[in-house]
Amino acid sequence: MDNWAFGITMTIVGVGGTFLTLWILSLVMSLLKKVFPLSPEESKTDKKP
Amino acid sequence: MLESILRGLSGLGSGGIELFSSQGLPNLVMLFVAAGLLYLGVKKQVEPLLLVPIGFGGLLANVPLGDLMQEGGLLRILYDMGISNELFPLLIFIGIGAMIDFGVLLENPKILLFGAAGQIGIFLTLLLALGLGFTQLEAVSIAIIGAMDGPTAIYVTSQFAPHLLGAVSVAAYSYMALVPIIQPPIMRALTTQKERVVRMGTLKKSVSPTAKLLFPIVVTLVTGLIAPKGLPLMGTIMLGNFMRECGVVARLTKASENEIANIVTLFLGLAIGGTMEGKAFLTPQTLLIFGLGFIAICLDTVAGVLFGKLVCWASGGKVNPLVGAAGISAYPMAARVVQVQGQRYDKRNYLLMHAAGANTGGQIGSVMAAAVMLSVLNGMGLI
Repeated sequence: MDNWAFGITMTIVGVGGTFLTLWILSLVMSLLKKVFPLSPEESKTDKKP
Repeated sequence: MLESILRGLSGLGSGGIELFSSQGLPNLVMLFVAAGLLYLGVKKQVEPLLLVPIGFGGLLANVPLGDLMQEGGLLRILYDMGISNELFPLLIFIGIGAMIDFGVLLENPKILLFGAAGQIGIFLTLLLALGLGFTQLEAVSIAIIGAMDGPTAIYVTSQFAPHLLGAVSVAAYSYMALVPIIQPPIMRALTTQKERVVRMGTLKKSVSPTAKLLFPIVVTLVTGLIAPKGLPLMGTIMLGNFMRECGVVARLTKASENEIANIVTLFLGLAIGGTMEGKAFLTPQTLLIFGLGFIAICLDTVAGVLFGKLVCWASGGKVNPLVGAAGISAYPMAARVVQVQGQRYDKRNYLLMHAAGANTGGQIGSVMAAAVMLSVLNGMGLI
């Protein structure tokens, strides 16, 4: 594979892959927050000094 | 007898004779470079934990006939022990994971995308490095300076271009330290006064301890399944973070972020310094690597701020574009830069927590970008 084909492939797949993976991760993180919400007790514990 | 004494005496001072001969000139220059690194680390406090051992390692490697980088030499032993097999950067990652609180990122998961935008400089620099004639694997190793993450740069370069390790590592750590100088002019040039004073409000605490505990496991699995070649990098960061969040292995967590990280940092720095031997280091390639590294961090910042502007526009002006500059791995320096710049134009604007979220996103993003690169290279059959 010549250098330009390699570079463009890496750039497109690299940028796209990084964005896609982090977008999926952000969805999974939102899901985690919904499935395991902060309970009122935990919320009170957090407010203690 | 006299002849034997004279022969014995000839061994003394041989290093000095070699250094001041024409062959020793590269070593002599590198001794000044090592002194410069020590000066930056000690007097200017630029990444002292790394520049001091790197500088001293460079000094040791450039004393002629000391042979510390030859088979059996101290620096060679350290290099073989933890650089050539990528162990040291991974051990440091456990410590980094143990130090970082990903809670701010979990409060606002969408901000993770800033961590992706902050990696675009890596890929644009890859194109530039290829254009300048570097081989494909050398270009990958140079481009990874744009991850603004020392251990990631060392991990990738030690595999694909070990002969560039000294230059890439020193460039990566130096530019990380220069974030507060490099980023602000770019941030100001790309944003309007109106954008710089956008207030983002405060983040409400909304993350449960269970979600924080499960976060490292989920990230390891998701990223490992998508880009398995990057699993050692992401897996070790998340191991450190899991130990931190589970709270039952406080001794291991403390050891990871203190004793292990400190010892490994010393060994890693010395071994990298050992790769800075004059004849190998003083090449036009080294200058190009430093230039490309600088371009990489500039492009990261440009991409981050432009992405911030896009999000600002899409959200109807609710996101301050300056936060985009924090989507790199230099933690927590980049977040502090955003806070300082924000308050420069509005003293009551508190962007720090949002920027810290983007900055932790940058930590994950940089590792993910490297993981994606490694997996793509593997898919292409190049590694």
